[in-house]
Amino acid sequence: MRYLPLSDENRQSMLGAIGAKNVDDFFTDIPVFARLNAPIAELPSHKTELEVSRHLSAMAAKNVAAGSVPFFCGAGAYRHHVPASVDHIIQRSEFLTTYTPYQPEIAQGTLQTLFEFQTQVARLLDCEVANASMYDGSTACAEAVVMAARVTKRNKIIISGGVHPHYVAAAQTLAQNIGLEIMVLDASIDDEKAVIAHLASDIACVVVSCPNVFGTISDLSDISRAAQAQGSLVVGVFTEVMAFGLIEPLGAMGCDIVVGEGQSIGNALNFGGPYVGLFATREKYMRQMPGRLAGETVDLDGNRGFVLTLSTREQHIRREKATSNICTNSGLCALAFTVHLSLLGQKGLGQVAAKCHEMAVEVAQALESIDRVTVLTEAFFNEIAVSLPKPAAQVVDELAAKGVLGGVPYSRLDPNCSAQMRNVLLVAATETNTKDDIRALADALKEVL
Amino acid sequence: MENTTSGAIGLLQKTELLFEYGRLDVSGVDVTPIANPQTRLGKMKRQQNPQLPGLTEPEAVRHYVRLSQRNYAIDLGMFPLGSCTMKHNPRLNEAMARLAGFADIHPLQPQSTVQGALELMHELSFWLTTLTGMQAVALSPKAGAHGEQCGMLAIRAALDANGQQHRRRVLVPKSAHGTNPATAAQCGFTVDEIGQTANGRVDFADFYAKLGDDVAAVMITNPNTCGLFEPQIKEIADAIHAAGGYFYCDGANFNAIVGKVKIAELGVDAMHINLHKTFSTPHGGGGPGSGPTVLSTALAPFAPVPLVVKTANGFELVENASGEAEQAFGRMVAFHGQMGMYVRALAYMLSHGGDGLKQVAEDAVLNANYILASLKDVMSPAFDGYCMHEALFDDSFLEGTGVTTLDFAKAMIDEGFHPMTMYFPLVVHGAMLIEPTETESKNTLDGFIASTRALAVAARSNDISKFDHAPHLAPSKRLDEVMAARKPVLKYV
Repeated sequence: MRYLPLSDENRQSMLGAIGAKNVDDFFTDIPVFARLNAPIAELPSHKTELEVSRHLSAMAAKNVAAGSVPFFCGAGAYRHHVPASVDHIIQRSEFLTTYTPYQPEIAQGTLQTLFEFQTQVARLLDCEVANASMYDGSTACAEAVVMAARVTKRNKIIISGGVHPHYVAAAQTLAQNIGLEIMVLDASIDDEKAVIAHLASDIACVVVSCPNVFGTISDLSDISRAAQAQGSLVVGVFTEVMAFGLIEPLGAMGCDIVVGEGQSIGNALNFGGPYVGLFATREKYMRQMPGRLAGETVDLDGNRGFVLTLSTREQHIRREKATSNICTNSGLCALAFTVHLSLLGQKGLGQVAAKCHEMAVEVAQALESIDRVTVLTEAFFNEIAVSLPKPAAQVVDELAAKGVLGGVPYSRLDPNCSAQMRNVLLVAATETNTKDDIRALADALKEVL
Repeated sequence: MENTTSGAIGLLQKTELLFEYGRLDVSGVDVTPIANPQTRLGKMKRQQNPQLPGLTEPEAVRHYVRLSQRNYAIDLGMFPLGSCTMKHNPRLNEAMARLAGFADIHPLQPQSTVQGALELMHELSFWLTTLTGMQAVALSPKAGAHGEQCGMLAIRAALDANGQQHRRRVLVPKSAHGTNPATAAQCGFTVDEIGQTANGRVDFADFYAKLGDDVAAVMITNPNTCGLFEPQIKEIADAIHAAGGYFYCDGANFNAIVGKVKIAELGVDAMHINLHKTFSTPHGGGGPGSGPTVLSTALAPFAPVPLVVKTANGFELVENASGEAEQAFGRMVAFHGQMGMYVRALAYMLSHGGDGLKQVAEDAVLNANYILASLKDVMSPAFDGYCMHEALFDDSFLEGTGVTTLDFAKAMIDEGFHPMTMYFPLVVHGAMLIEPTETESKNTLDGFIASTRALAVAARSNDISKFDHAPHLAPSKRLDEVMAARKPVLKYV
């Protein structure tokens, strides 16, 4: 077995040194009826590297890779170009095969990159502090809701109808068992402000989104002012972080906690994971944050160094009183984010974001010209909601049959949506799209409608 | 260390922060110029630049390579961090996860275009349920603690479905990982600690005394955090069931017993499995992980969405709580979980096979016992007898030396090893928890033992030079964690 260094001779000599007869001497605490005395018959025996590679490659070949077709799916996961050097760096042994940096003297590589990550996230979102990552955008959103309740000591939450339904579901799953009441407003293309009508002095937070799940970008400043006047917090959510190379960030619009998905920078689609959740807030709420934080300090020689800090918030110290149970987060995905964003800089980020927007405008123009197709999203970054004359779920299947991955039907995210919403298709574009892709999408759509 | 003009020390290069030498007008990415200047941004154009400096590719690569060289890693040497299972990460698994058919597919593509991905999830589920003998598995939890949450929410849903809403107390041993009580609290339960016996096992009498009609579950790590199997595990399961509660087993240490124990026979209702431990997906400096949770027949109906099912027409992803997922407790996360980790873990399982996985457990346990036996005369084992996959020592062998567990761990760094886990589990004074895993050779173990013995002997003969202010040979000296927490600086300004 290529991964197991002990030889039978080693095993015998080690058993001898221990004074044991057989390796099963170590397993005697296991009740006899639960022991497996032979390899499980239903499982195959070990395979060569070549055999495993063949087996898995055959499975991979059954999937339609996004890069092989005109591709317009978004709705929380976006296909961007990631420079080859990013994957090279994250596959370096010293990053790939190390642990959470508990021993800072031999983990400055990880700790400094986390400090750079936190700085980049805070600047990009225009927030005062950011943590060292969450699992993904949806769990970051759920944790933000719980944190807002903790900060305000209130238990009512209002979520706008523009927040990604999976994010709403993840928040409900976490919140419903700890006495939080969540009100979710009806799905709405562009009415984030609808939350204002529900504000009251017992609301912990409102959760609003920009860009929202329909691609709409809108100014949330009025919502922030209105909520804060009631002592409520504003949780600002996003699923496409690339947007902030071009549009106003959520921190600048007064959101108290800003959370979302960082996958677009540095990370592949991966069929939904692993991704990297971004979590940022005001400095005054720093000690209420979930997750790891890297902080600057000095070593005994007075040289700058970094450590994990404020860990008295965390589960390994505070146990049931911790701000969250999170332990392992998305370290390597955060590294990919940081390397990619270091390569981009604000200059490259702005250019990529502008290219994404350009392609989305082209998509909007191409689709608007099709009879009985209406673009519903007025102001957007790289994603639009389009109303079709028939159910969008049916249309995407028909497009797929023509070799075009044309977007995500809103009904897939929200199966109980209205009849009107059933005809809504979410179409995203990025810098990876070409004019030929867009033409192929428009042509195929004309054929299936 | 010597001071040099450059700030470098030979191979160890100076590592400035990106923000100290990156430039706002530089990018390492070339982008096709805009052809169509029309925009539809409304009034939402960003007002102020984010002040994010860029680096050209040669600078960026050098920046992160230099930083990487300040990290210890399993590829560099032995990383016996107890409870964390730092084993070799096969590179085949990295290559497989990067196949375009896995890495470049969108979670919401039509299901007809991702049948191979669903097949992979289905096959992984088969391995996990077959290895444990459990009824079902929820794949979507993103890490171990998230898997705990999955199991505890399934328990809560089952209790509620059976009119047992008054059961809100969860029993957790003092020796448990911090995630256990934190998870129980996050799922709306109160936590009641149970004690431990002098031989490092759950105090059955204390557990039994704390049962009651308000008890929802007991959370037991097995093998436990002391590296010992709980021999009364079935009695605990039977007692909690008789009392109307459920048995959550923390599977963080499954590596010690994979292929050796049929988990279902122990009366387990839910157990998360850290793919990033037992099935060797890389730890990546703190994630990503993956925490699929196996469930008993009683809890299976409450598993969260999504689920993958095999139908006559292929594989289907059930994404909403209706139909066969009618009783699902909800959704824990956007999309379907950690596909990248599923690919790696399945590659690992296929490589080892049922026979190799059994050997994994046996070699991991043999290696730990070899360390225990080789150090017990100079250090102080926390408990008598054999261990499972990790050897636990307390600090009584350091009594009167002035050397602490922390000092001892830091001196290990100078010897070229990653330190063991320190001060955990909390129930053992000055704990040192050593988990070698099965991927260390006897030669490496002998080197580790020689270094550790030499340090123990030095400490006990009051030669504290190796411990005082250790590490002496690491890229950084001991760091001031108190200052970091007192005046937090969490970003570059």
